Amino acid sequence: MKCQHCEKPATFHITELTDPEGPKVMHLCEDHARGFLSQESPSPIASVASALAKQLKLGQTKEELAELDRKACPVCGITFYEFRNAGRLGCPYDYTHFQSDLEPLLSNIHDSLEHHGKRPKRAAPTADRQAHAIQLRREMDEAVEREDYERASEIRDQLLALESGDDSGGAAAAASESEED
Amino acid sequence: MLQNEKLDELAGRCGEWLRGTGPESDIVISSRIRLARNLGDFPFIRRCTTEDRMAIERTVAARMNKIQEWNHVRYVSVGELSEVDRQFLVERQLISRELSESEGPRAVAIDPNEQFSVMVNEEDHLRLQVMHSGLDLSKAWEQINHLDDLLEGAISYAVHPKYGYLTACPTNVGTGLRVSVMMHLPALVITRQIDKVFRSLQKISVTVRGLYGEGSQFTGDFYQVSNQITLGKSEQELVEQVGEVVPVLIDYERRARQFLVDQSEQDLHDDVSRALGILCTAKKISSEETMHYLSKVRMGVNLGLINTVPVKKINELFIHTQPAHLQKLHGRLLGSSDRNVQRASYLQQHLSGEDCGPAERN
Repeated sequence: MKCQHCEKPATFHITELTDPEGPKVMHLCEDHARGFLSQESPSPIASVASALAKQLKLGQTKEELAELDRKACPVCGITFYEFRNAGRLGCPYDYTHFQSDLEPLLSNIHDSLEHHGKRPKRAAPTADRQAHAIQLRREMDEAVEREDYERASEIRDQLLALESGDDSGGAAAAASESEED
Repeated sequence: MLQNEKLDELAGRCGEWLRGTGPESDIVISSRIRLARNLGDFPFIRRCTTEDRMAIERTVAARMNKIQEWNHVRYVSVGELSEVDRQFLVERQLISRELSESEGPRAVAIDPNEQFSVMVNEEDHLRLQVMHSGLDLSKAWEQINHLDDLLEGAISYAVHPKYGYLTACPTNVGTGLRVSVMMHLPALVITRQIDKVFRSLQKISVTVRGLYGEGSQFTGDFYQVSNQITLGKSEQELVEQVGEVVPVLIDYERRARQFLVDQSEQDLHDDVSRALGILCTAKKISSEETMHYLSKVRMGVNLGLINTVPVKKINELFIHTQPAHLQKLHGRLLGSSDRNVQRASYLQQHLSGEDCGPAERN
């Protein structure tokens, strides 16, 4: 048998199990096998995508997969399908919203599910409050897009109130009315 | 903090990490650690609008301006730089290719010694990096840990009670920490042992990549050894894990060098001297060819076969002959073929009289 890339005899027969398309058999000469085996380790995107593909093929039907792909984060709007393709998440809340789908992936990549290192010095505002801020920003952008400036300015006031630590929104909202530009 | 100062002043200098000093600096070029951080009340970069990116920049710059020890730190809006300036910062390893090539508001803060930089709006909102010459991981960790504390100040990061620091890519979650030790391993390449060594490393969660790794091609025999995982181990444990592998690689490389010397010192001496000869006398030379020969010369210097060029000079030449550096040092934009001529003349100017044979000394 000849090498699939040149005329030399194929002395290496490699079965690649981690290919996203499923197992792939290659017949290579020594030089091409050396080249193949010394390939740069895949980029993070590639490794996330292939780890996901591998994990998703196990024990899930097509319908289940399609449903998972449609699942969207209520805070940033990213779908699981988009994450699967890009290898990047949309916001911190995705780790909560997609938790059950992400955990097998995390354990696959890191062989662990629990952080054991440094934590921020100051007490962070609750994750819910941070997620609320992201959601408000998105709603504000959408309002601006459909030229509903009144709604956009209301949301901006809510955001300012949230940032100043005043959840009631009332006073800060009234105060910031005047700085409309 | 200094805003948008000219970068030209950096061009003639070499960053602190290229000094060619520090432990094991014949084989270890630099020790680098980076931390990924995200602001909790903004979406990750992928879902950020231009306004979000601007707001992130404002928040971070305001915090940086309050840090007293950062009076001389230079803040550069990367979007406002020319292509050659962006490439220049990539070559110096102060920004990533991703930050250079992406779009929208983005920035980098650079300390005057080029020991640390902070990228804003890269894959994560913040990417802190510290770089030291030679093998110096524990000091690099101390420094970046301190920078992280300073920068945090009034910023609320995205943190999860179980997963730690949250990042745009799940491969960075937890500590957000990546340790990278850049090593010069020419003898393992010549003796064809490098693949074997790397395959054995993959089993212990350590990855290896080439310098300026475009595709799978490594240039100049430089390799980066990094931790693969970021979750489940503490920062110190991750630093130690890489720290334990590096001496093993150093030992392999030293043995391969010794093997080459034992096999035929004369052949090796001939090979590294010819490499120096080509660098000193060529009239046009590409960046790849330069890296290839500089790598041989560097090994020759470290083995005592070439005594006339200091390692620091070789380290500098690796950076100064890169396309963007060459153009900045020359003071104008050059096409690829003009660069090859300029590169040859630059090499000659900096190596001549250093061991280039009688013809060059006249």
